[in-house]
Amino acid sequence: MKSRLSLLLVLGLLATLVGGVISAQDTSGELEIFSWWAGDEGPALEALLELYATENPDVEVINATVTGGSGVNARAVLKTRMLGGDPPDSFQVHAGEELTGTWVVADRMEDLTFLYEEQGWFEAFPQDLIDLLTYEGGIYSVPVNIHRSNVMWSNPAKLEEWGFEAPATWDDFLALCPTIQEAGVVPLVVGEAWTQNHLFESVALGVLGADGWNGIWSGETDPAGPEMVAVFETFGKVLECSNISDDASGLSWQQAIDKVIAGEAAFNIMGDWAAGYMTTTLGLEPGVGYGYNAAPGTDGIFMWLSDSFGLPADAPNRDNTIAWLTTLGSLEGQNTFNPLKGSIPARVDAVSAAPDLYNAYLQSASADWAENTLVGSLVHGAAANERFMGDFNQVMEIFLASGSAEATANAMSVVCIQSGACGGM
Amino acid sequence: MRSRKDRVIAFLMVLPSLVAIYIFVYGFIGQAIQTSTSDWGSNPAQPPLAVNVVKSYVGLQNYENIMTDMLEFSFRNSLANTFFFTIFFVVGCLVVGLVLALLLDQNVVGEGIFRTIFLFPMALSFVVTGTIWRWMLQPNGGINILPQQLFGLDPIDFGWVNSRDVLFPFEWGQVPTYLTYFGIAIIAIMVVNFAMKGRWRASQYGVIAIVIMGLVLMAGLWDKIWLPLDEAATEAIIAPKGFNAALIGIIIAAVWQMSGYTMAMFIAGIRGIPEELREAARVDGCSEIGIYWRIVLPQLNPIILSAMIILGHISLKIFDLVFAMAGPDNAQTVVPGLLVYIEGFRENSFARASAIAVIMLFFVSVIIVPYLWSQLREEV
Amino acid sequence: MANVMTANEMRRYTIRVAIYVVLGLCTIIFLTPVYLVIVTALKDPATINLASTWSLPESLYFESFNEVMVEFGPRIQNSVALVIAATAWSSIAGSLNGYVFSKWRIPGEKILFPLMLFGMFIPYQAILIPLFEFMRNVNLYGGIPGLILIHTVYGLPITTLIFRNFYVDIPDEMLEAASIDGADFWGLYRHVVFPLSIPGFVVVVIWQFTQIWNEFLFAVTMTNTDSQPITVGLAQLAGGEAVKWNLPMAGAIVAALPPLIIYIVLGRYFIRGLLAGSIKG
Repeated sequence: MKSRLSLLLVLGLLATLVGGVISAQDTSGELEIFSWWAGDEGPALEALLELYATENPDVEVINATVTGGSGVNARAVLKTRMLGGDPPDSFQVHAGEELTGTWVVADRMEDLTFLYEEQGWFEAFPQDLIDLLTYEGGIYSVPVNIHRSNVMWSNPAKLEEWGFEAPATWDDFLALCPTIQEAGVVPLVVGEAWTQNHLFESVALGVLGADGWNGIWSGETDPAGPEMVAVFETFGKVLECSNISDDASGLSWQQAIDKVIAGEAAFNIMGDWAAGYMTTTLGLEPGVGYGYNAAPGTDGIFMWLSDSFGLPADAPNRDNTIAWLTTLGSLEGQNTFNPLKGSIPARVDAVSAAPDLYNAYLQSASADWAENTLVGSLVHGAAANERFMGDFNQVMEIFLASGSAEATANAMSVVCIQSGACGGM
Repeated sequence: MRSRKDRVIAFLMVLPSLVAIYIFVYGFIGQAIQTSTSDWGSNPAQPPLAVNVVKSYVGLQNYENIMTDMLEFSFRNSLANTFFFTIFFVVGCLVVGLVLALLLDQNVVGEGIFRTIFLFPMALSFVVTGTIWRWMLQPNGGINILPQQLFGLDPIDFGWVNSRDVLFPFEWGQVPTYLTYFGIAIIAIMVVNFAMKGRWRASQYGVIAIVIMGLVLMAGLWDKIWLPLDEAATEAIIAPKGFNAALIGIIIAAVWQMSGYTMAMFIAGIRGIPEELREAARVDGCSEIGIYWRIVLPQLNPIILSAMIILGHISLKIFDLVFAMAGPDNAQTVVPGLLVYIEGFRENSFARASAIAVIMLFFVSVIIVPYLWSQLREEV
Repeated sequence: MANVMTANEMRRYTIRVAIYVVLGLCTIIFLTPVYLVIVTALKDPATINLASTWSLPESLYFESFNEVMVEFGPRIQNSVALVIAATAWSSIAGSLNGYVFSKWRIPGEKILFPLMLFGMFIPYQAILIPLFEFMRNVNLYGGIPGLILIHTVYGLPITTLIFRNFYVDIPDEMLEAASIDGADFWGLYRHVVFPLSIPGFVVVVIWQFTQIWNEFLFAVTMTNTDSQPITVGLAQLAGGEAVKWNLPMAGAIVAALPPLIIYIVLGRYFIRGLLAGSIKG
């Protein structure tokens, strides 16, 4: 009776306490790293965390990853945490507008200039990169790696068998397309939604060139003008040569690459994390098991994106985090992470310090990084802020639903204005 | 007897719950309405995630924005999707539930086992259901290859959740017209009903209402009341409205999960019909089918209404199932519940997300409030 | 001869057979997903491809469950803590509320009770963002205690409803008799109402357990990584790149097991909870 009631109450209280204890955060001596590097990209991060652990043995490292391609889910979770006043110690974020436009303008990141000066990073990273990481005089993140977005992947053995070569421009590709289709092969394989956006930026770069592409973000290229219409028209034609209406929406980027390797598709445009996948997971040799070229029309241009980590203004373990950032930007750190990830270090001195760690593809990418014109990726957070990237999905949806280049270009113009991402607009 | 002190204690005992509900339901609703009239997340000059965001009052601009702005076609599509999803989901659950209940009313062996089987999906979460059915409805596997594997027929060629087909296409601008026809139809039914029961006064009001609506329609006044799209012609091309075939898979999963509920309700209702009633009808020479048609079914009307209300309100706020089955990025299956999550937590447009949420709340209230009112009035 | 059936009996027999056939078909349709889940969960991931969806596993592969338990491990703890506490609190409060609303005159109860019930129907997305800000302001955001609070409060309407409908059936005479003997508010509860409440508690506990264990929206928006309940874990398994379907399927089985067990064992009470949602007793 009364005892039963009080028993229930006690149980309830106990359970609450237990729940509280389980979730109570013991924040001393911890480092929580938040990222979306799971699955195939996991080993690189783990190696880096191990390196950190050997240098800082007293710190408990928490590897908090949220799965989902290119971080779509991770960003949502991160936001709720930051807004909820419970930031991780450091989080993966794309260097450039994604970080600046979301977190820096909101005054949530600490300026890292002191760390850069301490570690001599102003000399270690390329100036172009530092310029993009700087906002109103402050630097807010440490780049770990550089990935290239505009790469076209193929299977050299299959290409030889079929008698094609990688096309040099998009017009060449479109001319080659019927021949490939006659061979019963999908000319270009795409996967789910974001990979289609990824393809778009290579097409846009190939049609507009580096100056035209940069012009979008500075306001010199009119998003509703004839050049953009031409971009979308080309994009439409390229999509006709792909599996877009077939099984695209159900494929992850890895599954799309699998099709190229299996000989079901001829080409795939994807960032060079695909090289990491093919080398590490599939065990293929660069240049032999898989082939790589600059995406059609973009030879000599390096469209980059960079994963980086920053210091949230209210990070629970500030000192541990600074140690983490130091490890990240160090020669050893970059050379531990990048070979496994399949990316090139952001530091210009890293590859030459340990060339054996980097396979043939990475060496060639590194050389390109030093010599090519550098432009920022849209889809991966370098060139435009999150609002634009989010609304850009609508633009792409408009195009896929209607096929109308004019309507899409108009929509893009509206998005530019609303998000304030296009320079002078 | 019941002392005054006791009554005070009684009140104090429910007070914490009342306060909690006041805050967590009504307080938050008020705040949501307030946020929906601000510009949080829509103002490029005010980063939405800053520690101290300055939010300004913008009146109904967010609502106008989601109803008319060219880039907000997702919201309008989500309304259309919810409409079709609700209809097919509710009808599907009612039909399947009724059929199962009638079958189980036939004194079958193992009735308990059948009931357990048909009801078990309700114990699952929508996320589990969505995950399972997503695997089953993969375009190149699952259900599609079953005919081939079992009978050697051609595999089904339907993209299920990935399909881009649109059935029953319509234009957004035609919606007011359809609403008017629907309203006229309802009123006409009511008029006929009252006429047959000899209550002329109500039908006179009905006739007046019909005439007014007809005049409004013809005078084109709807265009002034119903916010026109910024770019109606473009929208017809870029975001066609209609019953997206991609919803079919989700509807099937939802009916699989919830028809046990309607079945249970119908069984309870059928059991509540006294056997004497049926016996008397049998004695009078009524066939079994006649018994069902004339006695059982009419008694089930209140249950049908109840089930429609409950299922309708579940369907209006559906989120987990769509998220698990189609993901957040599928434009064909977007529903308002999903949009609130996307706009709020991915695009940081908190004001817009609140506007969508308030609209959801409005629709739910429209069906729940009359229902609650009528149910509780009966109890007096 | 005795073996020949009359036309009427023939018809009845055919109808009976038809009924069983239809029921059998429905059963197959309802259980097909179950077959698929079990079969896929037991397959070696390397053998899972679209073409072999329906075939039985070549050999039973139990590793998936191990992997799932590793992924789910701490989350199961979270879900258990959450469900026990929130169910306990909302049941106790619901019982008290139901007792008051059914047996005591409260000023304004005709308005207050429906107002409370309405809370059961609101779409939770409508209050998601204000709730988020509130939890942040009271420093309860992100952890299990906060989630317990949320589920307790939003469970109050349905638990109050169930208990109120349940207590309405207790004859007033019993309470009259006890109060003549000198029982006050608590006395009546302790001696008359509470002992009779056990079936009500069973229904409420089962219903709340299932609802809270399966809930996803609050779980995914109101928690940090280490306080996530099991539903979020499942969504993560299936939301990644290149999904290896044996994991989500095994995860679905693990996540669904507790409510399923309760449902199978205590199904009767489960149904009562269901039907209470339509305000029928």
